[in-house]
Amino acid sequence: MKKKTSVLEKVYLIIFMTLLYAPMVVLMVFSFNSSNSTSVMAGFSLKWYAELFKDSATIAAFRNTVVLAVVSAAFSTVFGLFSAIGINYTRSKWYKKSILTTTNIPMMNPDIVTGISMMLLFVFAGTLMRRQGVLGFGTMLIAHVTFQLPYVILNILPRFRAMDRYLTEAAQDLGCTPVQAFFKVTLPQIRPGVIAGAIMAFTLSLDDFVISYFVSGPEFQTLPIRIYSMTKKRVTPDMYALSTIIFLVMLLLLIAMNVIQNRAENGGRTAGKQVGK
Amino acid sequence: MNNRTYNGIVAPYGLWMAVFILAPLGIVAYYALTDATGNFSLHNITSLSLYTDTILRSVWFGVVATVLCLVTAYPLAYIFTKTKASTQSVLVMLIMIPMWMNFILRTYAIMVLFEDTGIINHFLQSLGLDPLHLINTSGAVIFGMVYNYVPFMVLPLYTTMSKLDYRYIEAGRDLGANHFQILKDVMIPLTKPGIISGITMVFVPSVSTFYISQKLGGGRYTLIGDVIEMQFQTSYNYHLGASISLLLMVFILICLWVMNKFGDSEEGMVV
Repeated sequence: MKKKTSVLEKVYLIIFMTLLYAPMVVLMVFSFNSSNSTSVMAGFSLKWYAELFKDSATIAAFRNTVVLAVVSAAFSTVFGLFSAIGINYTRSKWYKKSILTTTNIPMMNPDIVTGISMMLLFVFAGTLMRRQGVLGFGTMLIAHVTFQLPYVILNILPRFRAMDRYLTEAAQDLGCTPVQAFFKVTLPQIRPGVIAGAIMAFTLSLDDFVISYFVSGPEFQTLPIRIYSMTKKRVTPDMYALSTIIFLVMLLLLIAMNVIQNRAENGGRTAGKQVGK
Repeated sequence: MNNRTYNGIVAPYGLWMAVFILAPLGIVAYYALTDATGNFSLHNITSLSLYTDTILRSVWFGVVATVLCLVTAYPLAYIFTKTKASTQSVLVMLIMIPMWMNFILRTYAIMVLFEDTGIINHFLQSLGLDPLHLINTSGAVIFGMVYNYVPFMVLPLYTTMSKLDYRYIEAGRDLGANHFQILKDVMIPLTKPGIISGITMVFVPSVSTFYISQKLGGGRYTLIGDVIEMQFQTSYNYHLGASISLLLMVFILICLWVMNKFGDSEEGMVV
């Protein structure tokens, strides 16, 4: 029997996708509205975009978000890569098991619990050190690295399983030092996992609100936190302009990510083949 | 390199997770079981009974949202698998794109649509119909949860369904099973790992959310997440906040444990 979508199924698909996109499309359309109404289009204008770029707090939040995402993703990728290597090769079963169980905790726990638990830790450490206002860039960085690490590690570990481990041994037999063998043989094979983990860490950091909300201080705000405080008051359409920009940036990132991943995967495959020969 | 070297490489990570994941949970428990003076107290735990309504409402909303996600996403994921391979990757992309848009913005977008003077009511009035009161209802809150988290249901379901051997369904049909029997005896058992990870990924954020209920429920449908947020950001009662968080965490862990027992699959979770 051939698999074919019926008319009813097509209709369902279209309705679902329309509902999924309608709210965002509406926001984008109204970001070009010349009045500040959220229900009537008065005319086309870019004034809300101009308004947005005049808002220094939003610009600062944007810069903070990017800095935090780059620094935390870079750190957690390197840290995660080393940890994944150790986890993969260690032979003590209970050690591996307890490390993996701990890795799963932040992924299963609700974000709000992770957020408040870290906040309490920082506040607690602050009172021990008799310091006020410990929350800021440092605590944000620690929190972001902590919730990214499990994703980085779990993206890399399956690559080891798919890898031919005798290749590394062969490289060492042929005179490579363990470090050389790692960079020349192991790393090229697990590279797609490392790249996927890094991209995921980066986007998770850009997007995170709940954990950041609890561990951030007044001097260091990221864009999601800024958006949250903006939506608390009466909102003007510059918020819509901001969402439109974020949507387009995220769309570009997603497309770039797909291209990079495909290329990395194809590259990995051909590299594997060459080594295989 | 020998085993000790590898254990050494893992050590910094183990230490990091012990300090920033395990210790904070210990501190939550400590705050939950002490009072403002630092003495042991069960007062925070006993005062949880004041929040029975909130807790039950959170669980109820979470269950309804999860069920709605499952029954809408299941046919959708099945339809995905029936399209061409190239269409499938586009459809998956279309599901993923909204996930990359911050959930605050997505929730806010729904609020704009649902407002009494919003677009939906404007449209209805232009057709000469009576306006609907959508915002600040329990329906709006649940819609917000479904809207925000349904991609987390579609993706694992699609992953398991795309691996499903279509011949099982054909065999079932050849053996005389009707649509319902195929669904119950063939599809659901074979897609169980996807169903379980989908349910987990929707239920956990729905039960613990705090923004959706504030924006779409207008403060009338306080959820457990709202209470926690309030204790930490406005009332500064960390001890009560910690005890509610502890309850939420224990509840979620029990749910996950039950789900895993119930799932009992060798493949484990699909994410």
